[in-house]
Amino acid sequence: MTKVQYGWLIRSIHSWSANLMIFFAFVHMFSVAFLKAYRKPRELTWITGMLLLFVVMGFGFSGYLLPWNTLAFFATKVGTEIAGQVPIIGKPMMVFLRGGDEVTGATLTRFFGFHVAVLPGIVGVLIAVHLFLVQRLGMSVPPKTEVEWVKDPSARRDIKFFPNFALREMMAWYVAMGALGALAAIFPWDLGTKADLFGSAPAGIKPEWYFLFMFQTLKLIPSKVWFMDGEVLGVLGCGLAGLLWVLLPFFESEQPSRPRKWINGLVIFALVYVIGMSVYGFLAK
Amino acid sequence: MSVDENSPSGSTRRSVIEYFVGGGLLVSLASFLYPVMRYLVPPPVVDLGGDEVIAAKVGALKPNSGEIFRFGNHPGLLILAADGTYHALSATCTHLGCTVQYRADMGEVWCACHNGTYGIDGRNISGPPPRPLDVFDVHVRGDEIYVSRKREA
Ligand code: FES
Repeated sequence: MTKVQYGWLIRSIHSWSANLMIFFAFVHMFSVAFLKAYRKPRELTWITGMLLLFVVMGFGFSGYLLPWNTLAFFATKVGTEIAGQVPIIGKPMMVFLRGGDEVTGATLTRFFGFHVAVLPGIVGVLIAVHLFLVQRLGMSVPPKTEVEWVKDPSARRDIKFFPNFALREMMAWYVAMGALGALAAIFPWDLGTKADLFGSAPAGIKPEWYFLFMFQTLKLIPSKVWFMDGEVLGVLGCGLAGLLWVLLPFFESEQPSRPRKWINGLVIFALVYVIGMSVYGFLAK
Repeated sequence: MSVDENSPSGSTRRSVIEYFVGGGLLVSLASFLYPVMRYLVPPPVVDLGGDEVIAAKVGALKPNSGEIFRFGNHPGLLILAADGTYHALSATCTHLGCTVQYRADMGEVWCACHNGTYGIDGRNISGPPPRPLDVFDVHVRGDEIYVSRKREA
């Protein structure tokens, strides 16, 4: 199993590119949010982008179990259990995800199916729509620049998508590929220890970094808040925050000359929260 | 639609056919989807555990230590306390289902996932766990330690 020639390199490239993909999806999301590129008429581009982010995290979550190591086993147990906290539809959803009441071999085959067939199908469609919208509606420019251009149309500068932009993009891709290869070869990702279904969760167990901020948030909520279970509250709260975030473009003003200041504040808060909670989660024992 | 609105017989005949075609399509669609849905819902698993298992041999555990044993499809935790008494608990954390462990340095049961702690009597002491762990009965017979579910009172 571990004797395949260059198997470690393929696996390492897979892990590194997966992590980098999620990282850059977040970077892209925040840059779009800061530059208000989601403004009318690009609401739908933002929404498809957010759906893509969720699917990408779904990839992370489902791919996480596949090495079948201790960390993966407990992360999946906890993750699906959290899904089970959603009122009414939670329990059936959890059983559906797990392929039974517990995380077992059946869960592994299910997650493999999600990871290699269901999610790629969804992501393919979403990327197509997202790119189509980008082509159709064009790139956004920051509100300030847009105002200047309206005042003085001669100040307008664009480049052609093909070949100018595409060629620049290819340069960037080539460099990124080199960086990826180097990372994968110099810092190979290891496989961890095989999951033991009847072993205790090891000390210091933590989810992947991109779930840390949610993990830490859930950890801070007490087990009972008023009449509600802390978990249920956390899950509902995260869901609501996510939904509002998806709807962000609809709160933005339509005049680029008068952008909503509080949205800038909110985006900064979100960024600080995500980074702060991740660091806190990383350091906390 | 080119149905003559003034001809009631024509429109009824047409709608009857429409019902048949539509209904037929619906029924066949349902017959395709039903097996798929049933296929995706996993069958229930029978717990083969019974009511009693041998958790360990006497002397296998040092005082002030604990060990995971299988209770059917679920993990259990057998503890030999410092005072020489045996305790058996469900090892599934009541928070989000991780498997707990006995911590000799704390004399408590600890869950690594979100830092939950329980007493050796299963009581949830700190951290997120909302409920105590299930407690099992322990009997020593010969040199074997039997763990059984508590009889419903
Ligand atoms: S699963 Fe045990 S404390 Fe959360």
